[in-house]
Parts: sequence; C-alpha cells; structure tokens
Amino acid sequence: MIRTEALSRRYGPLLAVDNLSFEVSPGTVLGFLGPNGAGKSTTMKMLAGFISPSAGRALVGGHDVARDPLAVKRLIGYLPEGAPSYGEMTVAGFLGFVADLRGLRGAARRTRLAEVSDRLSLGGVARQTIETLSKGFRRRVGLAQAILHDPSILILDEPTDGLDPNQKHEVRTLIREMAHDKTIIISTHILEEVDALCNRVMIIGRGRLLADDDPRGLEARSRYHRAVSLRLRDATQLAAAQAALASLPGVAAIERDAQRLTVLPRDGAPILYAVTELARQQGWTIAELHLESGRLDEVFRRITTEAPPCE
Amino acid sequence: MRVMSVVMRRELAGYFATPVAYVFLVIFLVLAATFAFTLGGFYERGQADLAPFFAFHPWLYLFLVPALSMRLWAEERRSGSLELLMTLPVTPWQAVLGKFLAAWAFTALALALTFPMWLTVNYLGEPDNGAILTAYLGSLLMAGGFLAIGACISATTRNQIIAFILTAVGCFLFLLAGFPLVLDLFTGWAPDALVDAVAALSFLTHYNALSRGVIELRDLVFFALVIGVFLYANTIVLDMKKAS
Repeated sequence: MIRTEALSRRYGPLLAVDNLSFEVSPGTVLGFLGPNGAGKSTTMKMLAGFISPSAGRALVGGHDVARDPLAVKRLIGYLPEGAPSYGEMTVAGFLGFVADLRGLRGAARRTRLAEVSDRLSLGGVARQTIETLSKGFRRRVGLAQAILHDPSILILDEPTDGLDPNQKHEVRTLIREMAHDKTIIISTHILEEVDALCNRVMIIGRGRLLADDDPRGLEARSRYHRAVSLRLRDATQLAAAQAALASLPGVAAIERDAQRLTVLPRDGAPILYAVTELARQQGWTIAELHLESGRLDEVFRRITTEAPPCE
Repeated sequence: MRVMSVVMRRELAGYFATPVAYVFLVIFLVLAATFAFTLGGFYERGQADLAPFFAFHPWLYLFLVPALSMRLWAEERRSGSLELLMTLPVTPWQAVLGKFLAAWAFTALALALTFPMWLTVNYLGEPDNGAILTAYLGSLLMAGGFLAIGACISATTRNQIIAFILTAVGCFLFLLAGFPLVLDLFTGWAPDALVDAVAALSFLTHYNALSRGVIELRDLVFFALVIGVFLYANTIVLDMKKAS
C-alpha cells in the first residue's frame, strides 16, 4: 500500500515533481510512464526514502517516509535507476552483504540467497566480481538485491533496461509471478512492457500526473481504437476503396500507407461490420484485415506533448 | 551495532579487494622506517626511544590518510551505490560510523605492523614502553582526526582526486593551526580570542604531547571531539547532498 499526498520536489528553480497524489493497493503492478526527465525517478527516490519531498508527503505501508524512513526501508525492495552496486564485490559477497543488512540469518538467509540466485540465474556468476559482468547480469543482481527479503512492496526503476529480449521475458515473468499479493511500481519507457506487465498505468510529464488508467483504457483513448486496417489484393482498387470507405457513417478518417488503408472510427464507433459489408458488396478481395485495439505509443505521444506548459 | 559492523566489514574488505590496501601498507611502513632511520637519526641519537619514528607520523598521514579516505563516499556517489546504501535499512549514523571505523581499523593495522620498530628499540636498549604505547595511541587518535575530516570531505564530491586534494589541504591547516604559517592568516584582523581558538585546534600541538608519552585528558578529548564533530558534519553533508 502506497499513498502520496500532494508530493512535490523542487531542484532549485526546477519543479521535478509537482503535486502528485495517488494511491496504489496490493495486487497492483503500476507502470510509471513518461518522457525522460518527467519526474518518474524522482518520485521513486522519494518513495524509497532516498530524497525527501519539498512539499507533501508519501506513505509507504502506512509509514510516513520522512518521519520513519527506516521502517519504510525495511519494508520495501528498491532497484535504483541503473541498478548500482559495488563493482569490486563478488555477486555472492554483495548479496550476502544485503542479506546481512536486511537482518537475514542462519537457515532463512541461506534459503533466500539460494532461491533468489536461482530465480535470476545468478548461480554461475556467484564468484565473479560485479564489475566484470554484462549489463544484463548487473541488472539481475540489482533485482536479486531488491527481492531478497521477499518485500511486500517493490519499487523498480527501469527493471528491464539493457536486457536482451529473453532476459526481458524472464524478468517480466518474475514480476508477474510476484504480482498477486504485492504492491509493485515499475518505471519504464518501453510501452510494450506496460501492456505485458501492468494492470495500471500512470503517465507523468513535467512532474505532473497526466493520465491514470489501465492499459485497455489507455488504448481506448487512441484514435486507432477499433480502427480497421486492411490490404486489398488488387492494388488498382485502392483509390476507389478509399473514397467508398470515407463515405461510410461512423468513419472519421482514412490513412493510406502504401498498400494499406487504415479506417479510423469517429469516437470509437464499431465500424468493422460496415467495412466488411462494403467490401463484400463491392467485390474487393481482402488480403489482410485487422481490428486494432489502439496504439499506446500514439496515446503516449499525444498525452505527453499536449500537456499544458509549466507556468 | 550489528548493521554498523556489516557496513564496516564491507568497507574494510573493499580496501583489500583492490591494490589500495597493499600499496598503502607497504608505502607507510617503508616511509615510516626510512624517515625514522635517516631524517630522524634513530641510531645517531643514541637514545632508546621511538621519538624519531613518531615525529614523522603527522607528515606521513598528511598525504596517506587522504588516500584512504577519498574513496569512502566519493566512490559511492560516482557509482550510484550511495542510493542503494541509503535505501537499505541503514541509518546515516550507522553508515558514517561503519565507514569511518573501517578506515580507522585499517590505519590501526598499518600502525600495528610497525612493531619491528618497537622490537628493535627494545633489543637495543630499555625504552619506556608505557611512553611508546601512549605515542601509538596519540598517533592513532591523530589518524582518526584526519580520517574524520577526510570522510566528511569525501561526502561532498563524486571526484576522488578533489576529495584527496581538499583533504590534504584541510589536514595541513589543522596540523599547523598553532604555527605562524596558519596563524598569520588570522592575526591582525581577527579578535585575539579567535586567534587563540584557531591555535588550540593544532593537531601537531596536541599530538606532540602524546608522542612524548604524556597523556593529558585535554589532548584525548580534543581528538575525540574532532572526530565526533566531523562525523556529525559527514551525516549532515550526506543528508544535504543526497540527490545530486
């Protein structure tokens, strides 16, 4: 359980986080989205107790981060941006150090260490120093450190940055497995990740909350939501088809991209039936037909660029 | 206590994970002995004591202690691990003390390894071993003072070279605070009380008494205070400069 009340952070004249209020309950995987410099990392640093807010407050697991930082730090697992660690230490030495600071002892310490290095496939590099590892391994060491004490709240700043597609998949599976009873916040600028992982999305721009929705809801804001894209076998019919489709009721616009027509609905009206019916009447041979659910990248771009400028 | 010792052990192991520890130990031992035998005239004096040995410790520390303290925080800042450390369940005091004690324990080890000097002087004559022990204590306390200054300065920057230079300069000022070189900066414009206060901060004055084997409470309290004040300043610097 995480709650922020009018959380703000100022760096000199720059307002990095501006009056951010939100609440996250267990079972949520919240994706923080936003352009670089939007205030995602600053917000996470404040939740983790690394920097203190200029105004407002953050409650993590019922503890005020500013008043009782130690209680918060015991509770959460945190992966800072870039997954920093101690390069001269071995993986086993580093995880042992974190386990000691977390107060893990004896059998519990051994089983947790074994479990975590098993889950993140770190067994093979346990004796290697961290500075000799690849970026992907370092990120996994950072993740291992964050989940070592099986925290009920996880704050992960770009957990899959720098991983190859297979590693990304593994990390996402790991997060999904942990998701059901934990409160998880991840930041990312990979949109597909939001789709694959999150059940809630917050888009932040210039320190402000611009959108708070689930991935489906965000897609529904896209002008491509319920759009129909099709390709005809006979390219010579394309111009005629474009004109005919444009006159259909409920169609807002048509986009033509080489051989492909994308029919955009007005206000998300269902137009698939009308389009296929028209094709049948006109005797077009359809080579490809898609019903789009919406394009997150388009929504993201629109929301973050249309944001009102800072005063 | 437990958390602090975890931090301390990691830091101490960090010295030995790189060549820093070995380079430091070798240079310290070689220079300490060389100065004592050549510049200090250990044999020529014909006295069974370690005065020529201890006399050069302040000058050795002047450039060796900054080498030990410069990485304490600057390296954490540079690599970003500071954010990790400060979001693990560690209080600033536990982290500051743990790191300081690691560096101090390392200096204690370096001092302890000078024991052949003590064996030599005991073989050659009958020195006052109590006085020698007091001098060792004084040397260790002075190193602690320098280290506390260095740790605090290291926390202000992410650049180890800057930390090294500023620490060396800071230690130099503290070392010679009671001497004209530093005092002349103050006399003339500052009130006498301030000049006296600055003079009283001299590491060299306080160390000289101890290195002759004289234990005076005020010298012990002085070094303890210096360590305490700079470690406190260290926690404040950390708190203020976390974000950058």
